[in-house]
Amino acid sequence: MVAQNIFFGIIAAIVVVSALRMVTTRNIVHAALYLVAVLGGLGALYILLTAEFVATTQVLVYIGAVMVLFLFGIMLTKAPLGNAMEMTGAQWPIAVVVSVLLGGVTVCSLVAHFGSDRLVTDGPIFRTADVSDEVFSTYIIPFEAISVLLLAALIGAIVLARKD
Amino acid sequence: MLLNQFLILGALLFAVGVYGVLARRNGVMVLMSIELMLNAVNINLVVFGVQHGVVSGQVFALFVIAVAAAEVGVGLAIVLLLYRNRTSIDVEDFDLMRG
Repeated sequence: MVAQNIFFGIIAAIVVVSALRMVTTRNIVHAALYLVAVLGGLGALYILLTAEFVATTQVLVYIGAVMVLFLFGIMLTKAPLGNAMEMTGAQWPIAVVVSVLLGGVTVCSLVAHFGSDRLVTDGPIFRTADVSDEVFSTYIIPFEAISVLLLAALIGAIVLARKD
Repeated sequence: MLLNQFLILGALLFAVGVYGVLARRNGVMVLMSIELMLNAVNINLVVFGVQHGVVSGQVFALFVIAVAAAEVGVGLAIVLLLYRNRTSIDVEDFDLMRG
């Protein structure tokens, strides 16, 4: 139990610091790499929560596919690399106020509602087989719908990005 | 482990993502911040699935990951199209709807 808390502390610190650096760094490629750190840390947290299939999907889809898409997007749009104040708009103080208020209210309500509830650690552990059973029985219709959505998004992206 | 430590981490990540969406000028950076917000939601789904002993939380998290992949595909295509038409991805340049 103590070891889990230590690992949670390390991973959470890495994730939060990387997220903050991601939205404040001046170099967009560095921002993409900080996003990799955030996504990898969240994958480790999923392992800690015994959700190993979600963790695998996180690494394959986010760190593998989505990050490559982002790097292509950065390169194709010839974003100004390392250009200092270009990246953050003049409205950033308002954005700070909004996000601090949002985070503060959310954290306060979480503390007020869940207080010191313990995480259930002796519950059932779901293996990948259980996840797939659930996807292909209870959630078969959303699964098919999301397949069609992915196909439509793929075709839409091709149509949008085509040269002519 | 407390339930709250995961939920508060998710809330903090979401707030950071909101800051990124509001403050950043680069279109690709705005999309990256949206990914951060979607991931913050995923933590909550998985941790509540563990808390209630149901597998649905993990299934929902997988659905969110799939939708995020579709979203980033279309979003980057739109940013690319904007760049091709306006030679800029600065979101403050797109003020056609200002009266």
